[in-house]
Amino acid sequence: MTTQNAIEARNVVKAFGQGDTAVRALDDVSVEIRQGEFFTLLGPSGCGKTTLLRLIAGFEMPTDGVILLEGQDITYLPPNKRPVNTVFQSYALFPHLTVAQNISFGLEMLGKPRGEIKQTTERMLALVKLEEMASRKTSQLSGGQQQRVALARALAPQPKVLLLDEPLSALDLKLRQAMQIELKRLQTETGITFVFVTHDQEEALTMSDRIGVMSAGKLQQVGSAKDIYTRPVNRFVASFIGETNFLQAQAQGNKARLSSGDVVDLDAAATGAVTLTIRPEQIRLADPADADALPATVTNLVYFGTDTHVHLALADSTEVVVRQQSPSTGDSGVVMGQKVGLRFAPGAAQVVGD
Amino acid sequence: MSPAEEDQIKQSARNGWLLSAPALFVLTVAAVGPLVIILLYSFLEAGKHGNVVWNFSLEGWQSILWTKDIFTDSYVWADAHLTIFWRSVKLSFMTTIFAFLVGFPTAWFIATRPPKARAFWLFLITIPFWTNLLIRTYAINEVIRAQGLLNTILMKIGAISKPLELVYTDTAIFIGMTYVYLPLMVLPLFAAIDRFDMRLLEAGYDLYASRWDILRRIILPIVKPGIIAGSILVFVPSLGAYVTPRVLGGGKQMMIGNLIELQFGQGKNWPLGAALSLTLLLIVTAALLYYVKVANGEKSHG
Repeated sequence: MTTQNAIEARNVVKAFGQGDTAVRALDDVSVEIRQGEFFTLLGPSGCGKTTLLRLIAGFEMPTDGVILLEGQDITYLPPNKRPVNTVFQSYALFPHLTVAQNISFGLEMLGKPRGEIKQTTERMLALVKLEEMASRKTSQLSGGQQQRVALARALAPQPKVLLLDEPLSALDLKLRQAMQIELKRLQTETGITFVFVTHDQEEALTMSDRIGVMSAGKLQQVGSAKDIYTRPVNRFVASFIGETNFLQAQAQGNKARLSSGDVVDLDAAATGAVTLTIRPEQIRLADPADADALPATVTNLVYFGTDTHVHLALADSTEVVVRQQSPSTGDSGVVMGQKVGLRFAPGAAQVVGD
Repeated sequence: MSPAEEDQIKQSARNGWLLSAPALFVLTVAAVGPLVIILLYSFLEAGKHGNVVWNFSLEGWQSILWTKDIFTDSYVWADAHLTIFWRSVKLSFMTTIFAFLVGFPTAWFIATRPPKARAFWLFLITIPFWTNLLIRTYAINEVIRAQGLLNTILMKIGAISKPLELVYTDTAIFIGMTYVYLPLMVLPLFAAIDRFDMRLLEAGYDLYASRWDILRRIILPIVKPGIIAGSILVFVPSLGAYVTPRVLGGGKQMMIGNLIELQFGQGKNWPLGAALSLTLLLIVTAALLYYVKVANGEKSHG
């Protein structure tokens, strides 16, 4: 059986303004979002992720390109004709309605029979654990509860795709982490395709089946959290997701010579001037006397609780950061100015494009 | 609590009364005083040349609804008064409805402009307040008269073949009052729409609501306090309007305000005038109570 894509965007362009002052919020974006997956659009503010979401919701029309929903062209369909619902960043709950009335709004607009509306609303209230709050006004709810009402309201009409526009950004850290688990549970339980927009890499990594990393109106890379973290395609993706070291090098086959003169092994063959990315946790401190370790000097130590970041200078004073588990009490670990050796884990050094 | 502290509280309560004395004095003299005088006058006999004779009489109240037939000495319905009451309520109601129909899109337009332009549009709305009401009313007369602006335009575009006879009609009063009281509808509506979260429109649109559904199910219920405030501000002065029906009704099409003036002037029947004034007050109070009931009723279950 061929599974159809829930959403497919083909060569979508969205320009705001006219002529020379036009800004391309989306610049030729193509993406396929699979049925039933938790897909996250990740990127810094202004990268176009929210614009793409609004195009899928129907609040904006693309300047060029096509958007398909389960294979059907919905590019110019108004929002109230699309079986797609949105959880807004501001929640946008109706202040004059109760929790239950908010949830049943979409069903009423679809003209569902009374009995079904009542049943579905009750099911949704149970799903987000707000049965007790059914007749409350939304202004009497906490931020987390409002968030759940917004979710239930958008899920009630059983959309083909649920769009979530940074829905957790207004919550505090504890609540946000709880809601991340909750969202994942809801997605698994309902089987609805979720398209989630966030600038928070941690959110993206913990919840998503696949992530689309965006920057400057372009989709940079699409892949699973592990793919994107371990095999970033370019400098932007490598630096936006997690922390990393960039090293300039001259590559020759499977070897690369760093600017410090040290030679490291590469996973894949390359030639010429390249940028290498090496994650801080992929580097180990070793004895400086070790023959195949890179000589370096400790320049700074930054303590993060479980981890300590050790800043080091290579022979030509290129900076490298190494993440280590913090030494247990009594253990002094390394000290500033200490000479150490560096060992890279196999395959740690990756060539990235710019 | 020690006796000293109790004394102190009593003292401060006394001081509180003293401090509010000027306000209480003004309220007594300006609001309660005239009302008491009018109430008193309504139960007295009319003097021959105006004023009142200090004899208790229900004649004033009675003549609101009944007049003594000069031939048979029996009481008959005061048709003229009833007509005027009906016209007043009808025209005020129509004015309120129409001011809302025109005022709502206007207020929406202003509230959705960028902040700078908004100040400009609001400024335009308040400009009529700078001009005397009488002059504005005469200006309306100029617009609607047989050779006036309105008829000339309508004839030019061929919508009508002969001028509409609007002057000295109920329609003229209605047009005039709508024009005069429109800003009082627009301003509270603007205040309510300005507070309205426009993101709710997208939420509604996303949840399969049509434009009409959004207006009916989201916008109107949320800006309702503004609608009620605007309606009161238009309905109440419309009901007591004097200048507009006087100028545009030409003394033929009277409203309650003109009837009252007539009793204190040419009619020389002050008790009737006083009773009519209080009747107007009662109608307004009843209307306000109704509005308040509608407003609160929605709040408790909506």
